[in-house]
Amino acid sequence: MKILKFPVILIFFYSLIFSNANSSSQNEITKNLRCLICQGQSVYDSDSEFANSLKIVVKQKLDEGLTEKQIYNFLEDRYGKWILYDPKFDKNTYFLWLLPILLFLIGGAIIFKLFIIKKN
Amino acid sequence: MASLLGSYSLFFGLCCSFFIFFYSLKDFNVYNKLDKKILSFTFLQFFFVVVSFICLVLSFINSDFSNATVFNHSHTTKPLFYKVSGTWGNHEGSLLLWLLVLTLFILLFLIKSSKQPKKYIILTLLFQQIIIIGFFVFLLKTSNPFSHIFPVPKEGLGLNPILQDPALAIHPPILYLGYVGSSIIFSSALAATTLNYISKEWAKDIKNWVLISWIFLTLGILLGSIWAYYELGWGGFWFWDPVENVSLMPWLALTTLLHCILVLEKRLILTSWAVILSIATFTLSMSGTFLVRSGILNSVHTFANDPQRGLFILIFLFSLIFMSLFIFLFFHKVENKNTNPFFWLSKETSILINNWFMMYFLSVILIGTIYPIFLEVLSSEKISVGPPFYNKLIIPFLVPFLFAMMVGPKLKWIKSDLQNKFHLVLFLIISFFLSIFIVSKLDINFLNNTILFTASFYLFFGSLRDLIINKFKNLSQGIAHFGFSLLILSILLNSIFSTEVITNLKIGETFQSEKFKIKFEKVDYKNEQNFQAIIGKFEIENIDGNSLTLKPELRIYNQPNIVTSEADIKTNLYSDKFITMNMVQNQDYFNIRYQIKPYMIWIWISVLLISFGGLHSLFRKKI
Amino acid sequence: MIFFIFYRGLQNSNIYTPTIQNEKSIPNFNAKVFETDKIINSTQIFEKEKFYLLNIWASWCVPCRDEHSYLIELSNKKNLKIIGLNYKDDVKKAKNFLEELSNPYNTIITDKNGTIAVEWGAYGVPETFLIYNRKIVKKIIGPLNQSSLLEIEGLVK
Repeated sequence: MKILKFPVILIFFYSLIFSNANSSSQNEITKNLRCLICQGQSVYDSDSEFANSLKIVVKQKLDEGLTEKQIYNFLEDRYGKWILYDPKFDKNTYFLWLLPILLFLIGGAIIFKLFIIKKN
Repeated sequence: MASLLGSYSLFFGLCCSFFIFFYSLKDFNVYNKLDKKILSFTFLQFFFVVVSFICLVLSFINSDFSNATVFNHSHTTKPLFYKVSGTWGNHEGSLLLWLLVLTLFILLFLIKSSKQPKKYIILTLLFQQIIIIGFFVFLLKTSNPFSHIFPVPKEGLGLNPILQDPALAIHPPILYLGYVGSSIIFSSALAATTLNYISKEWAKDIKNWVLISWIFLTLGILLGSIWAYYELGWGGFWFWDPVENVSLMPWLALTTLLHCILVLEKRLILTSWAVILSIATFTLSMSGTFLVRSGILNSVHTFANDPQRGLFILIFLFSLIFMSLFIFLFFHKVENKNTNPFFWLSKETSILINNWFMMYFLSVILIGTIYPIFLEVLSSEKISVGPPFYNKLIIPFLVPFLFAMMVGPKLKWIKSDLQNKFHLVLFLIISFFLSIFIVSKLDINFLNNTILFTASFYLFFGSLRDLIINKFKNLSQGIAHFGFSLLILSILLNSIFSTEVITNLKIGETFQSEKFKIKFEKVDYKNEQNFQAIIGKFEIENIDGNSLTLKPELRIYNQPNIVTSEADIKTNLYSDKFITMNMVQNQDYFNIRYQIKPYMIWIWISVLLISFGGLHSLFRKKI
Repeated sequence: MIFFIFYRGLQNSNIYTPTIQNEKSIPNFNAKVFETDKIINSTQIFEKEKFYLLNIWASWCVPCRDEHSYLIELSNKKNLKIIGLNYKDDVKKAKNFLEELSNPYNTIITDKNGTIAVEWGAYGVPETFLIYNRKIVKKIIGPLNQSSLLEIEGLVK
């Protein structure tokens, strides 16, 4: 088990490097929003009336000095979680975020075990 | 008339299955060559499906609206080319195409693998027939392409205009060749497990099928991506849309299997793993069909949804999974572990690591795609899982994957040392400084982009060197790996250097930016066979004096009445210039989106290289 | 188990409508008044402890024509004020629309670029909100009909 701790910590720090990317432009934010009336497109990609209004709203909110997170909260409050392409890490999404990583570790453990057996 | 013939020949095709079953079982324990009757009936079945397919094509060409499928998806003013491609541009027709490929492939398998043990051939045929019967019943029961309507309508409803496109006309057949090819892998893996025939010979036999479906799947995904790039009109080529994901999942499984089969062929280890992958590949193709056709997912690509169809595929899919699990657990014999030892630094290990990462990527995509469905059923909470999720979970893992891919191919079987350590270190240093040089100039996150760039340059240089040095040794792998490194690198450069302008312009107005000027000169109107076009003329003047003319279009289709926006793209080796225009509600200006997308063409070229690597491997075998 | 989940998933509709969290406070915003172009704050429109009906409409929106008769019927109610939010519309066409079908609104504010509708959490036209004491009591997506009319009349007492 001890051996497992090391890669876990490594992965944790490593993913920190990649997760602190903060986007603060209108384009970046609207890319992460789902256009509600055109199923399966982002607000950024869509030219529907709704998407165009939302682009303006995001820009206004940025000008008012809101952070990316605050804008997401503002929209989630009005339209629900469905609008966010980047699901938040909460009790509903623990499995979504952690299961792949868990599978990765299990896979690594299996391969690792294979060598231990071979060596002995 | 054609409809009637098509309908009957479908029925006869189904009957052939029963004859095949009968003769196969009769012939199974007889020790001699394969009964000729089996081959004839397989051919007959293929023939009937061909006849029925041709009938459907003819109905489309003649605009025979007494046929419900034709009525729903065609129109008299549609150009001939799209009348034909409309045959498989809909649910019923595309299933018939599935069936056509299924029967064609099993026929080819019987001819190609005739030197294999008879029992193995017969069992493969039987498993394949189970799938074929499933599809026959599905087609006849829930989605008959030949259902009749009376009274006969005068005009059809037309094909969705965004599907009226050359790339999309050939995209489905090619993708299906890939999907269906995996059915042969599935059947033969099951047959081989049942007979305990998982051997080097089996690996050799099945490797060609893996290659064939892999090549077609790669090309199919490429075509779909190219289509999305210029037709959906916002300049992206991959959206992590559920429908794209379901085509990528079998591709990942197939790629993993391809590497795994190589080990199996050489060393006869990882047999259970190969069988699991063979089953997974086809299962994923089928689940893809289920997810897309049942309408359970939200996606830009939609087929006519009918829960009854979804239910049928669901039951069929789960019986196939159940059957294969049963066979795997009861018949599969685990290989003797001690006979085939391998050292940690060896080709086997590197392929294992490849498989490990591939499976991780696959699980990210699988979980991301189906998790919202589960969550909604279990807690009635609706969430979206989109590009940020996949980027966050995939990109960090891509880096070690690229490093492993750089080192892996240099290793030898069983036990190996790293030779030529010098160039490994040298390349790493070069890539690192090159990345710092590029990234430091840009206003982007320094640390993670440098790491990403270093890894991709490293693989790029490494695979380029391999390609040049090992000219004749393992050229296919060299090409494919080089293609992959080029793909990663061009995607990276493309995403970082893309620039975009979105603005509203009236006719005659000019948009001015630091680097270029966009002048909206005029619009022309043109009447085509089934649409009216509004063609804008834009003059782009760069600061260095170069100028080019772009003519994006708005098309107003008559049947169905839909407006589409056609991008105009000027491509060269360095970048794509991409422009679209859109109408705005109640305004006299147009919404213009102009994008410069660097190295776009290299993304397509690199995917072509990857599949060419596969093609080379396929034909090298035969010589 | 998985089979069952997929089976249930099949029966779910995949058209998304945001769920209404009842008793939500109305947003605070500034808007132009339709007739006079004066800027007005939302607190000036919506007074405390009174019923309001906010209706998002546009002259180019076809279902808005269908629901108009219900709005006129509601405008006869004494203790309910109807506020129109004119969504991405041309002023002339909007005026023609009201002349043709008569004007049920006590106040009309304009939303030229659709941002106010977003503040409300609306995503299309028409949408209607019933407001009491600066809280959203009821939200109706799409055109009003006989049953939603009765429901509103039941709530406004």
